[in-house]
Amino acid sequence: MTTQVPVVEQIMSANDQLAAVNRARLDKTGVFALNMMASPGAGKTSLITRTVEALKSELRIGAVDGDIATSIDADRVAALGVPAVQINTGGACHLDASMLQTAFSRLPLKELDLLIIENVGNLVCPATFKLGEHRSVLIASVPEGDDKPYKYPVMYRGVDALVLNKIDVLGAFDFDVEYFRQGVEPLNPGLAFFPLSCKTGEGLDAWLDWLRNEVKQYVPGNSG
Amino acid sequence: MHELSITESILKIALRHAEQAGAKRITRLNLVIGELSGVVGESVQFYWDMIAQDTIAAGSELHFEHVPASLRCLSCEHVFPMDGKSHTCPQCGESRVVAAGGDDFRLESIEVEDQ
Repeated sequence: MTTQVPVVEQIMSANDQLAAVNRARLDKTGVFALNMMASPGAGKTSLITRTVEALKSELRIGAVDGDIATSIDADRVAALGVPAVQINTGGACHLDASMLQTAFSRLPLKELDLLIIENVGNLVCPATFKLGEHRSVLIASVPEGDDKPYKYPVMYRGVDALVLNKIDVLGAFDFDVEYFRQGVEPLNPGLAFFPLSCKTGEGLDAWLDWLRNEVKQYVPGNSG
Repeated sequence: MHELSITESILKIALRHAEQAGAKRITRLNLVIGELSGVVGESVQFYWDMIAQDTIAAGSELHFEHVPASLRCLSCEHVFPMDGKSHTCPQCGESRVVAAGGDDFRLESIEVEDQ
């Protein structure tokens, strides 16, 4: 005889459970973790190096760089004198909670205030894999085009802050900032928005203030 | 790529509930997939037959209920589908709208046989 058994359980739970373990580990040592996501070439590593340069005198920062191959990004960050660990996903299109867990053993967590996690360049998969971070940020960039929130709504829906990088080249592209923001607002009402240029430094201060404030307000085990 | 690990999660959840119900065989799984969940049903189906084959869920059927991504107008309350181009209300032209559905990805129920 066939019977129906009600389940009503959200799927993704295996990764989510491990993300919760990661979060607990971060909270135990009082490390605020930031997950940075973007398409390839949007300027993730540039924003990370800018951020590390600006904040390393006031915060103890570590970095995890996820990439399919190579350690170019981790090397760029390590050159600034902060601990940086490369995770090569070996073809996987996103970081997941278990990959971050393996990186923890190679980082001096007890000596950090802020852990910056650079996800694999991809506007699709990282959106559905929580890592245990306290906040996530999406870095969009002008050359990608103003229609990305409409085409990749899942990514724009789940983040805590949005950076629009490369505003120094706005004049060279048909990028309508208003149309871009109209695409974002329904998906993520009131999302913190930081138009900036990693190249010229314009707009960076507002981003740094936001991050500084998030780290300051962070109470282990009581955020997000 | 990531549908494999998701499919493994589905199997784990289904087996746990089947065991609790004392079932001998799982014949069908009823899943709800929202368009904003980022999950591709066809890929889940592809992996399912491979990973379920040596379990009591072997040969079971996956049934997907697709929930479209939709928006709700904050001015006139009209609910309309997301079309990938514009987020403006087609009824009154308002641009203040919010997402109103399509985030879910869950296992709603399973159908089992007890012998």
